[in-house]
Amino acid sequence: MTKFVDLHLCAPFRNVEQLRKMVTKSFELGYRSVGIPLPPNVELDEVEHLRKICSEAGIDFVCRVDIIPGNTNELLANLRRLRRKFEVASVLCTSKSVARQAAKDRRVDVLSFPVVKQRNRFFDRAEAELASESSSSLEIDMASLLSLEGFLRIRLISSLRREVAIAKSFRVAVVISSGAANDYLLRGPHDYSALAMLFDMDSSLAFKALSEVPWGIVERNRLKLGPDFVAPGLRVVRRRDP
Amino acid sequence: MTRRVKQRYLALKIESVESFEDEDIKDAVWNAVTQLFGEYGASQVGLFLVQCDRQRKVAVLRCSHKALEMVHASIVSVTKIGDKPVAMRVLRVSGTLRALKRKLEDDSLV
Repeated sequence: MTKFVDLHLCAPFRNVEQLRKMVTKSFELGYRSVGIPLPPNVELDEVEHLRKICSEAGIDFVCRVDIIPGNTNELLANLRRLRRKFEVASVLCTSKSVARQAAKDRRVDVLSFPVVKQRNRFFDRAEAELASESSSSLEIDMASLLSLEGFLRIRLISSLRREVAIAKSFRVAVVISSGAANDYLLRGPHDYSALAMLFDMDSSLAFKALSEVPWGIVERNRLKLGPDFVAPGLRVVRRRDP
Repeated sequence: MTRRVKQRYLALKIESVESFEDEDIKDAVWNAVTQLFGEYGASQVGLFLVQCDRQRKVAVLRCSHKALEMVHASIVSVTKIGDKPVAMRVLRVSGTLRALKRKLEDDSLV
């Protein structure tokens, strides 16, 4: 059975009732794993509390951080500080230099771009080539597609169509996430797959972007953050008894 | 001789704290189709509201099978009816009304 993952559920993590409601809704819609973005200074007991809420709803919790750096130095500093604390690291690329640096850094899992400012969507062929080499993925938040109207939505669909075509030709993985901040913006995987046809993404690719790709990122990082990981392709199989 | 147009029946769940008239639901879907695909696209979908269960907030729509993807995308893009927030999602799709009802009964949704 396909395991659907919503890697960007923007639930207000301090509002327990709303969070519980959204997580339960995600489970009803067919997701088995959700990534909730947390602030960089989040306490460990808060993370454990979230994990408990999610497991009560029957859903796997993925700890995620959204980094919004102003420049490349800030990005590198944040990655150095936060990478080992979170299972998924996403970078919102607000400038070209940040976008390029994030695309070539192997510590970045997901690249996302501003929704309204179309000039700041730097996912072009050069960006895709760098992202392809470092196995970063392009993230598409569907909430923005649902909440925008008129000309802004037309421009967004047009940009997404171009970006998906570039990602396909450079074999950059695409992740489709909800990006929903309330339960009215949450939809099921089949609904997102239908919406993905707006930017010429066929259903098999859309289902991959909702299941295999995000789950691959989570599994890879959990392995890396585990105690047995040494280097890519190398892990501790057995330890000598003390 | 013209070929018979194949139809698809979609059951959709309307998630909102408010309740809506049949006309409101129909208009919301039509508006969504027109916004996303324009008048030319809307002319191809052959949309028809078959029934609406206001208590369970489940509606059944019929459309041309060629326009199924367009209608599905339009339905899920609805976020408001009037000023009231709403989420619509497709529960099931079928080729006949009878099969659709059977599927919904199997899912214990009707």
